[in-house]
Amino acid sequence: MDFLNALVALTQFVIIPATTYGSQLALGALGVTLIYGILRFSNFAHGDTMAFGTMSTILFTWWLQSMGVSFGPLPTALLALPFGIAATSLFVIGTDRVVYRFFRAQKAAPVVFVIAAMGVMFVYNGVVRFIIGVGDQNFLDGERFILRARDFKEWSGLREGLTIKTSQGLTVITAVIVVALLFWFLNKTRTGKSMRAFSDNEDLALLSGINPERVVMVTWIIVAALATIAGTLYGLDKSFKPFTYFQLLLPIFAAAIVGGLGNPLGAIAGGFLIAFAEVTITYPLKKVLGYLMPESLEPDGLVQLLSTDYKFAVSFVILIAVLLVKPTGLFKGQSV
Amino acid sequence: MSQSLRTPLLFTFVACLIIGTGFVQGWNSALLILNMGLISAIMALGVNLQWGFAGLFNVGVMGFVALGGLANVLIAMPPTTEAWAAGGLKVFLGLAIGIGAIIAAVKSHARLSGHTRIWAIVAILIVGFFAFRAMFDAGVAAIEEVNPAVTGYLGGLGLPVLVAWPVGGLLAAGAAWVIGKTALGLRSDYLAIATLGIAEIIVAILKNEVWLARGVQNVYGLPRPVPDAIELQNNAGFVERAAEFGLDPITASTLYIKMGYSVLFTIVLVILLVMAQKSLNSPWGRMMRAIRDNEDAARAMGKNVTKRHLQIFILGSAVCGIAGAMMTTLDGQLLPGAYQPLRFTFLVWVMVIVGGSGNNFGSVLGGFLIWWLWVQVEPIGAGLMQVITAGMAEDSGLRLHLLDSVAHMRLLTMGIILLLVLRFSPRGLIPEK
Repeated sequence: MDFLNALVALTQFVIIPATTYGSQLALGALGVTLIYGILRFSNFAHGDTMAFGTMSTILFTWWLQSMGVSFGPLPTALLALPFGIAATSLFVIGTDRVVYRFFRAQKAAPVVFVIAAMGVMFVYNGVVRFIIGVGDQNFLDGERFILRARDFKEWSGLREGLTIKTSQGLTVITAVIVVALLFWFLNKTRTGKSMRAFSDNEDLALLSGINPERVVMVTWIIVAALATIAGTLYGLDKSFKPFTYFQLLLPIFAAAIVGGLGNPLGAIAGGFLIAFAEVTITYPLKKVLGYLMPESLEPDGLVQLLSTDYKFAVSFVILIAVLLVKPTGLFKGQSV
Repeated sequence: MSQSLRTPLLFTFVACLIIGTGFVQGWNSALLILNMGLISAIMALGVNLQWGFAGLFNVGVMGFVALGGLANVLIAMPPTTEAWAAGGLKVFLGLAIGIGAIIAAVKSHARLSGHTRIWAIVAILIVGFFAFRAMFDAGVAAIEEVNPAVTGYLGGLGLPVLVAWPVGGLLAAGAAWVIGKTALGLRSDYLAIATLGIAEIIVAILKNEVWLARGVQNVYGLPRPVPDAIELQNNAGFVERAAEFGLDPITASTLYIKMGYSVLFTIVLVILLVMAQKSLNSPWGRMMRAIRDNEDAARAMGKNVTKRHLQIFILGSAVCGIAGAMMTTLDGQLLPGAYQPLRFTFLVWVMVIVGGSGNNFGSVLGGFLIWWLWVQVEPIGAGLMQVITAGMAEDSGLRLHLLDSVAHMRLLTMGIILLLVLRFSPRGLIPEK
């Protein structure tokens, strides 16, 4: 029984949160990795793209709510998501037209793109703060829980409760659907194949008549969709605050790099690796160990390997460790 | 326009901006801008050493600046003897165990091979970690218990605060050495992310390690290298001289103190600028630029690229550390929560790119100009918004929202300036020769 209790506690405090966070990171890292693979630069503005996408979704959610539209037990934000994606797509394609296309035509060095992305990051950050402010926005409505602790205890007869929040369930399901769609698109459709060809060998792709501007545009639309979905899921799960999204840049990049930049499969693996490491190392394991160990050996402290504030440190240490052993990430990544 | 004319003209223009601020908003504001402008110029100089000379993409400026700030506390604050007695030894023993474990792991990585190697390293790290935590945590708890409302930390050495400036540089240089050893082998984008990460970690340490510098409880009242305002106001001679200029004692004392900082900062900036110029035009500087422009060719010529990169990475970071120490001295307090990457990393980058990377004078100009804009965008924006919203109803929601949002125009403006410069004058206002 104690073993089951420990298992439930572990699921509750480590496995479920880490899976949720990992899905969010993976979606974010997929966006970063696609930009790196096809447009060939590290998009520092990705965190703020996520913030913009989430903000658009929030604004559409409020608009829908004001008209009395709701989605039953599910959050209204899901209905607003397509609108948010559309708005974000227009916004990033506009950015590409105004900023990046010029440098592409110039065949500028990759680092020029990165610096331009820094400028874009400032602008996006400013725009988001300008429109919605810097405060916390909670836009979760509908049913809050899929499974409540009390119901679970009654059903299982265990001492330890298990809760699954709607936002957590939604995140994982949505992430699976989105990733499946993305891989189907990249592997099966003509446009997807031309994107991969462009990523593998630009010159050869151009020779075989692929229109680069079209590839770039489709990439931005996909990236906008991924960023908006990832951002909205993160916002539903925690809350929306522009600054937090800017801070997500580090774990997202760590995930993309650990997996191997430019490799979509790697981005997903990296996202989960980073998320599980962060949650396990910064979560106090006292409760779990308390169930497993005989009473005399029960730990006194919280058995927290690192304080929660060091979660960035975790992603960074994993990043360095992996790069020292495998310089292009776990799955073979590209290098500009 | 030839560059020899362009440089002095642009500097005159920025000087006019600052002097104009003095006439419009008062000399106190102008001196504030000047002082932070001097510090910003030094930070930009440090980044330019790395990026402009050697093409190293360092996005961890914030971390080095924060380490410089820490030096103020470690050097200038009086030591908390009680805390030292309670847990000082344990903390340092703990740290020694931690470092020892890492060294042992690295050594066994070099000496052993195969499966024994992996298991030995894992065992050393696990045992080392728990031994470190046991010793270290006990020490920290003891230190933090000593008068937590006022101290709760080890304090510093009680030395004059000016010593903190070079020490801030040394701390930053030490961190840069560690980062450089591990991350400089990585490719450009990877190095950028690595530096971004280390900066976040350094600030996280400053925020959390209460025993070191009180964490987010902040350290107030750092000693100052300039006279005390109250003392000046009570000094009859000073008050008399102020009256001769037609100033009341309070204004006179603040201006006097700010000018004292300006003089100190200018001395540091001039020294660093002269050194940077000398090195840029020396054989060493030419080698650096050769490495930057064509690494493979430089390597083929027998230059040790890795070593040179490490060298300049350390130098540039040290300069950022000095600037960070100076800034904390100016503030008179260490606020770890105030270190934000947008302000302390990316804004410095805007300064370097706008000013002209590869040109020391360009970076210095960028430092002053961008800092002036950073401060002035808000009043200018507020004025602009008043004009835009003038036609709207007094209680219109949009009007109020627009007026409230002026504070966020800074980031927007900085981004647009960076993008405009990158597009229309990619080599900056004062390009590299």
